[in-house]
Order: sequence, then structure tokens, then C-alpha cells
Amino acid sequence: MDDKVILRVGAKLLIPFILVFALYVQFHGDYGPGGGFQAGVIFAAAFILYALVYGLGNTLRVLPPWIPYLCSALGVLIFAGVGLLTMGLGAEFLNYDVLAHDPEHGQHYGILLVEFGVLVTVFGVMVATFYAFAGRGRIDS
Amino acid sequence: MDFVVDATLLAILAVTAITILRVRNLFAAVMLAGIYSLVSAALFTTLDAVDVAFTEAAVGAGISTVLFLGTLALVGKEEQRPTHRPLLPLAVVLITGAALVYGTLDLPDFGDPQAPAHQHMAPEFIEGSEEDIGIPNVVTSVLASYRGYDTMGETTVVFTALVAVLLLLARGRRPIRVWDEERGWISVWSDRDPDPDERTPGGTTSRGGDDDADPDREAPHG
Repeated sequence: MDDKVILRVGAKLLIPFILVFALYVQFHGDYGPGGGFQAGVIFAAAFILYALVYGLGNTLRVLPPWIPYLCSALGVLIFAGVGLLTMGLGAEFLNYDVLAHDPEHGQHYGILLVEFGVLVTVFGVMVATFYAFAGRGRIDS
Repeated sequence: MDFVVDATLLAILAVTAITILRVRNLFAAVMLAGIYSLVSAALFTTLDAVDVAFTEAAVGAGISTVLFLGTLALVGKEEQRPTHRPLLPLAVVLITGAALVYGTLDLPDFGDPQAPAHQHMAPEFIEGSEEDIGIPNVVTSVLASYRGYDTMGETTVVFTALVAVLLLLARGRRPIRVWDEERGWISVWSDRDPDPDERTPGGTTSRGGDDDADPDREAPHG
């Protein structure tokens, strides 16, 4: 896609903003619409846009497949790990009250952590699925 | 005003759905499916379900469209003509749809505060979100805290979906790093596909446009 100047420049301009917007959606989820699921998809969309415009080969150099593979499992482990942590601190599974001295702060930390787990898994799954589909053809296009 | 917006959006949805059924060009169908998701997202917004609308727009109109396009690149852009008249499926769909519409007649009105769903746990969540958790978005506090188990299950489902996709599409291939004289480290698929007949019963693996025995795959393409 060497001749598509507008696409290349437009994508290059947009991608940083998409990444930052994903983080905004993630961390503003407590106050407005959004959360880990949406943020993960948007974060993945930035890399997919890069792959569509600059080719899968370049994207695999930026983000080698082992990273999304690892992320997809890591997020679930973070989520379950928070549950085990609260159990270790003497409360029920996923009862965030015990994560801080003040139960309300504990809830904040807990939600932040599990939403981060959701973000990591959804991001990994979306990118890895895209790789699986796009990689059925030639990998270095 | 609400009625006009709802009626317009629903009419666009219906037209889009019927067009998807009728077009033979799969590329057009994929684009229309993206439009369908986007209009659905607008409809969710009018129902004040902004979190759902957000997800629908990002996943339905965004990622799904890209994955469909990736599939089209493998299977071609034209749908084959059906060999039979789909009368039986049509009858099944009509009866199911009629049953569902009949079922909605017993549902409480939209936004009815007396509806059972708004009586049981909802007031506790709405009040508790501010008091126990201290965050204003009730959707987030329900999703991540009150219904944390549920969301952990959903996350696991998303992960499981990837495992299924990889089992179906990657089939033992995995990406590896190899050294290329000109370009440095690059990623290629390890084409260590074991004997296909061994893995899948019936041995019907080598279908589709891209032959698995492609000798070029191991070598990088410039």
C-alpha cells in the first residue's frame, strides 16, 4: 500500500490518539461509559488499523504474536489473582473491601485491577484473533 | 420526537437486514452488517444504555467488520446461489419471531419503575454504588464489583473463544522468529502442521484458497 499517502499519513496521525483514547475509556470507566471491554477493543483496533495500512509483517515486528497470546491468558490470571488475594486477606473471593484500610478505597483498587485484567485479555484476544485470520494468507505482505 | 427517532432507526435496521439477506456480494453484506451494528449502537444510546452502545460500536461495527473482511480475503467475495428454496427456515423464523413478539406483550413497559427487575436488587445497587464503592457509574460498579464473578466468567469466555479460534485456524502452526539477512528478525509461521489426516477426523483440512502446502510460507516475502 505504498501509494496510499492519505491512508498512511492519516493512520499515523490517528493511532496515538486511539491508544490514548483507549486509556481514557479504561480509567474514566468509573465516571462515564466505558471500561475494560471497550478499552481493550479500542487498544486492539489501533494495532489492527496499523496492520491494515502498513501490512501484517510490520505489525508483527511492532507487536510479535507472543505478546497478545500472553496477554489473553494474563488478564484472566490478574482477575482471578485479585480474587485469590482478597481470599488470602480473609474476605470472600473478589470482595475488594479488604484491599485497603478503607473499604471504599479497597473497592476502587479492586475495580481498577480487575478492569485492567479485562483490558489485557480483551486486547490480547482481539489482536490474536486478527493475527489468526490475517495470518492464514501470507504473513509478510 | 422520541418516536420519530426510534421509528427512523428501526426502519433503517429493517431495511439493512433485508438488504443483507438479498445481496449476493459478500463485501457489500459485510459493510451492511457494520452499518447494522452502528445503527443498533445508536438505538442503544436512545435507550440510555451507553455502555452497551459503546461495546456494540467498537466490537460489532469495528472489529467484527475487520474479521469478516479477513475471512472474505480467504473465501472470495461472491455468495453461491442457494440450490433450494429456503421455505422451511423461513417458516421456523416466522414462528419463532411471532412467539417472541407474543412474549413481549407480557413484559412491563420500558422504564416502568414498578417492573420486577427494578424492584429486587436494582435499588440496592443504585444506592450502594455511591455509598459502598464511591463511583458514580453504576454499570461499572455492578460489572466489576457486585457481579465480579460474572465478569470473571465473561473474561474467561473471551479467552476460551481465542483458544477455539486458534484451534480451528492455526492448527499447530505458531509464529516464530527467524533471522533474515536483509531485514533482521522477522516473524513467520512455523509450518509444523502435523499430518492433517491425523489431527482432524475425515482429513478435510486442506480446503480454502490458500493451500497449506504452500512452499513459500516458510520463506519471507519482501
